[in-house]
Amino acid sequence: MAENGHSHGDNAKYYSLRAQAMQALLIEKGVCTLGDILTMADQIDARSPEDGAKILAHAWVDPEYKKRLLADAASAFLELGYDLPETSPKITVVENTDEVHSMAVCTLCSCFPRAIIGRPPAWYKGLAYRSKVVVDPRGVLKEFGTELDDAIQVRVIDSSADYRYLILPKRPAGTEGMTEEQLAKLITQESMIGVGLALSPEAVKAS
Amino acid sequence: MTANNTAKFRVGDQVRIRVGVPPTHFRTPEYIQGKLGRVQTSWGAFPNPEGLAYGEDGLPAQPLYLIEFAQTDLWRGYKGATRDTLMIDVYENWLETT
Repeated sequence: MAENGHSHGDNAKYYSLRAQAMQALLIEKGVCTLGDILTMADQIDARSPEDGAKILAHAWVDPEYKKRLLADAASAFLELGYDLPETSPKITVVENTDEVHSMAVCTLCSCFPRAIIGRPPAWYKGLAYRSKVVVDPRGVLKEFGTELDDAIQVRVIDSSADYRYLILPKRPAGTEGMTEEQLAKLITQESMIGVGLALSPEAVKAS
Repeated sequence: MTANNTAKFRVGDQVRIRVGVPPTHFRTPEYIQGKLGRVQTSWGAFPNPEGLAYGEDGLPAQPLYLIEFAQTDLWRGYKGATRDTLMIDVYENWLETT
């Protein structure tokens, strides 16, 4: 989705100035220190979609781990060395299956499982995605290149409170015998938001 | 999250989302207001963001629920399948019994 609903490009300077002003005020009023802000930014920047893919690929190959991940994500993340910072909102993992396909959005702002997969893509924060996906999720899926049969339930999850939703995509057919490392390459940022499926092994070979 | 034995609703309960657009901060978008949904998950209680937004402590904590709606109940002329749903977290002060 190319259009953002509003042009960040033209307003980049305005938003940058506004962020600086807010940062200065937060520090001046003693809400937090510059160190707190830098630490949080570093924590988010330390994570990327590859981290999420690694965790979710492990869930594909280890059914017992998958159960623990779906029941208590924070503890399961920790098993693989991912310690959620205290400041992170709760994260829960939702599994996509043959019956149900979930997609995540934050219609209020840009809530995202940052502590595991880093910053959201620009389109995730844009008005176009946020307003369309709740009304026409299958249309959004189509824009991202996926058409789902009506027999599959599409379930939009709007994260508006204390939980962030990380989607565990369905493991594609024809991936038996692949290593965990190879499988992780099939798990894209889009598939962890639910706007697409995990890549097929053929798609990875072709790229 | 604090221990929560005070949650008024249980998983499976039908609820109606309260209607209201306060001039202050709130997390319940208008597109679900007045709609009927079902409790899918009970998350426990969390400090109320309607207070936190103004530097208050957000107490008493509000029980938080993941509520599921039929898409055809939310949007007239919904284009997808009739079984499609939408889930969203809603604090208890926005829920009414039906």
